[in-house]
Amino acid sequence: MFQVRIHGRGGQGVVTAAEMLSIAGFLEGKHTQAFPSFGSERMGAPVMAFCRIDDKEIRLREPVMAPDALIIQDTTLLHQVNLFEGVSDHGYVLINSTRSMSELGLDDYFAEHPHIRVLGVPASQLALEHVGRPLPNAALLGGFAALTGMIRFESVAAAIEEKFKGKIAAGNIAAARAAFEMVNAAAQGAIA
Amino acid sequence: MRTSHVKFYQTGTFTVGNRLLSETERSVQSTLERTNALNSGHRACQGCGEALGARYAIDAAMRATNNQLIAANATGCLEVFSTPYPETSWQVPWIHSLFGNAAAVATGVAAALRVKGRTDTRVVAQGGDGGTTDIGFGCLSGMFERNDDVLYICYDNEAYMNTGVQRSSATPPTARTATTQAVGPEPGNVFGQGKNVPLIAMAHEIPYVATASVADVRDLEAKVTKAMSMHGARYIHILVPCPLGWGSAPHDTVKLARLATESGLFPVFEAERGEITDRRTIRKQVPVEEYLRLQRRFAHLFKPVLQVDVIARLQAAADRNIRRFGLHGQGEL
Amino acid sequence: MLKQIEGSRAVAEAVALCRPEVICAYPITPQTHIVENLGQMVKAGEVDNCEFINVESEFAALSVAIGASATGARAYTATASQGLLFMAEAVYNASGLGLPIVMTIGNRAIGAPINIWNDQQDSMSMRDAGWIQLYAETNQDAVDLHIQATRLAEELSVPVMVCVDGFILTHAYERVDIPTQEQVDAFVPAFEPRQLLDPAEPVTIGAMVGPEAFTEVRYLAHYRQMQALWLIPELAEEYEQQFGRSTGGLLRSYRSDDAETLVIALGSVNGTIKDVVDKLRDEGTAIGSVSITSFRPFPAKRLREVVGQARRVVVIEKSLAVGIGGIVSTDVRMALAGAGLPVYTVVAGLGGRAITQASLREALLKAHRDVLERLTFLDLRHDVIHREIERLETQRRSGPVAENILRQLGSVADHIG
Repeated sequence: MFQVRIHGRGGQGVVTAAEMLSIAGFLEGKHTQAFPSFGSERMGAPVMAFCRIDDKEIRLREPVMAPDALIIQDTTLLHQVNLFEGVSDHGYVLINSTRSMSELGLDDYFAEHPHIRVLGVPASQLALEHVGRPLPNAALLGGFAALTGMIRFESVAAAIEEKFKGKIAAGNIAAARAAFEMVNAAAQGAIA
Repeated sequence: MRTSHVKFYQTGTFTVGNRLLSETERSVQSTLERTNALNSGHRACQGCGEALGARYAIDAAMRATNNQLIAANATGCLEVFSTPYPETSWQVPWIHSLFGNAAAVATGVAAALRVKGRTDTRVVAQGGDGGTTDIGFGCLSGMFERNDDVLYICYDNEAYMNTGVQRSSATPPTARTATTQAVGPEPGNVFGQGKNVPLIAMAHEIPYVATASVADVRDLEAKVTKAMSMHGARYIHILVPCPLGWGSAPHDTVKLARLATESGLFPVFEAERGEITDRRTIRKQVPVEEYLRLQRRFAHLFKPVLQVDVIARLQAAADRNIRRFGLHGQGEL
Repeated sequence: MLKQIEGSRAVAEAVALCRPEVICAYPITPQTHIVENLGQMVKAGEVDNCEFINVESEFAALSVAIGASATGARAYTATASQGLLFMAEAVYNASGLGLPIVMTIGNRAIGAPINIWNDQQDSMSMRDAGWIQLYAETNQDAVDLHIQATRLAEELSVPVMVCVDGFILTHAYERVDIPTQEQVDAFVPAFEPRQLLDPAEPVTIGAMVGPEAFTEVRYLAHYRQMQALWLIPELAEEYEQQFGRSTGGLLRSYRSDDAETLVIALGSVNGTIKDVVDKLRDEGTAIGSVSITSFRPFPAKRLREVVGQARRVVVIEKSLAVGIGGIVSTDVRMALAGAGLPVYTVVAGLGGRAITQASLREALLKAHRDVLERLTFLDLRHDVIHREIERLETQRRSGPVAENILRQLGSVADHIG
């Protein structure tokens, strides 16, 4: 079972991101489960959402305590909420940011956890460019697909189309594609 | 009665004699086909104004709908005295659910009839003042606001009679009830409280609101008939004296209802979509004292000392009604 | 058709497939998405011949359903938590009148302190109200149980609550197989009411009944509900034949055959329990579990059969009977009276506290060794309660308890579990 935890703030589409991820997995024939961390509906409040992906029925209902991948939609949460709690030592961390890890004050953490694969993606900027609003969720899913290889980009695009319509869907898919390609390029750069 | 152009009055009353009217204008109660919606044998007290009002109202509604009528009833005297297990006085399909939900139950009945395509069958909800103005008020307002196709009839006897005469928001100032006793410096119910549900109903801008009393049952029948000719939320508020709660003689029920209207204490009017369209004018205003004296609930206004000031305040309230609703028959509506 | 949808959407689709005629809606978290979805479907014309009514309270919601059901319409509503309490009077009334209304409960805690998260205190508070209560373990269950509930309610003329854990199920996206209209039509026939408000044949419904007959009326309510003990399994079997999926009838057991320790629970926590059972089995612990679907009527006989040779029973309860402990445990003890088994009560998941595998595992291992307290509050923060008890003992005006504790803890989002 592969477990994902997404952190962000109310209004940034955190829950929708987890739901789209679950749809993407479902479209590939996997069993998936997405659920929010259940808060009142308020803009700006810290929000978590979870997604599990597996080849068999998912029975577990606890929150994702030990994520294989962490998606951070909002870096203002970094030093307020214990975002990294339980992250697998060999897991993935995808951060919506243009800044370096040291600028974000995360050098120490990643020095202590050298096997975590971490990457920053300017998801809000990509969303602004392609959708016109700084909603980073779809772009981050594109990045997630490239970073983890857990789902195909086509599935992400199809999931976006289930949630959004018309121009908004197209914009989000374009943002996701841009992030997908950016992460792939970064990965190849790392190999090279 | 508005359908009658020629008015004949029997000696000493303002009641229109059926014999003097053409058959089409005669009251529902005088017809051989009257349904006796609330049949004899029920357990109401002698002189019960509510039983009288309910029979006239529901009979009229049945006639207006060709007997295709369903009634929802709030808990209260009417419910208790009409359905002592295993008997029932009701000749209509009738449901009692709870004290505070008659309006909502009626909404459900109306909705079911709509989906079943039974457009010929109509719905009436009914309750006392407690079940209407107090505990059932939320459901009533909801039904009004949605303009559900229900006629709601409130039989107002100005207190919780079923539980032993406790104050409701329809209890008038100074009236003694079990929870507003005639003791202390301001005996009875206080001034400055209570609510006027007919006016609140009008504020919902529903198709039809009317008040009536058992003193003029022809007027009551006419209003029910008119209400049943309309669709949407409708409300009729009927003053029904209660000998037990008011401490009055059973034979004075109709007289008291008449004195209440003729004094101006209980204005009788009609309104459509939030605007008053008609009112029963007072031919000869009666001093409130005549009305009050017949009821033991107001006895402390007369003994041991005549409470001139208090009675004057009640008179002022009656005068205000007359001005406000144009009950003297002059001026614009 | 297999879909990846939110639990609330799945429930709404199942309800719509049952061809409801009157739906009453009032918003309350976490049930709201269900009636929102239904409202949309009705407005879009996707549900034939259905009235969707936005009412002013939960009390009105069920009251409208009562009126509609008594007039022969298939009536549905949904609520949770405070909403269920606000309609409590009508809850008893609907069953007392024998009206086959189906209502979804999106299970949620009851305040004060106000709490929007999941536990099962709400439906437990109505366990004696005369409604059949079915608890869904998954969203697939929720779908299947609503379809069966409609038939069950109408065959017995008894209202049915389908209890679906708030957020955990109602807001979870997971794989759900939604049957076709033809399938559901074949399983749920048109509503043939036992009593009907009809001018052609006037009846009085809801007459006053005195001491001379009240006991008999109440007995018959009990009798009718007890008939569900055979009808629920029968319908579940028929459903399995037609839809190819089992809902297990009254209860479902998991690896219980040779279990020495048997875990009993209601609703979605059974999934997590099964995962824990598997791991403990792998380690050689003889443990199994039972998921009770029908809490009312309570399947005492079936439970005795399943418990069989077990040496102890652990009830995981998402509710609390203040002053005694467990609610489900009381019924379990009664069902197992004479068997001499220890019954452990583990109160867990109150107000949305996550029930984790780790905590469950620890409690169950303790129970397996018979060293668990008979009444245990899972993951109770002893430091917090000790501090507050001390404050209560030393300060007369100690202030509101909930606020004092929150001041110690910080905000919810600070913690994952």
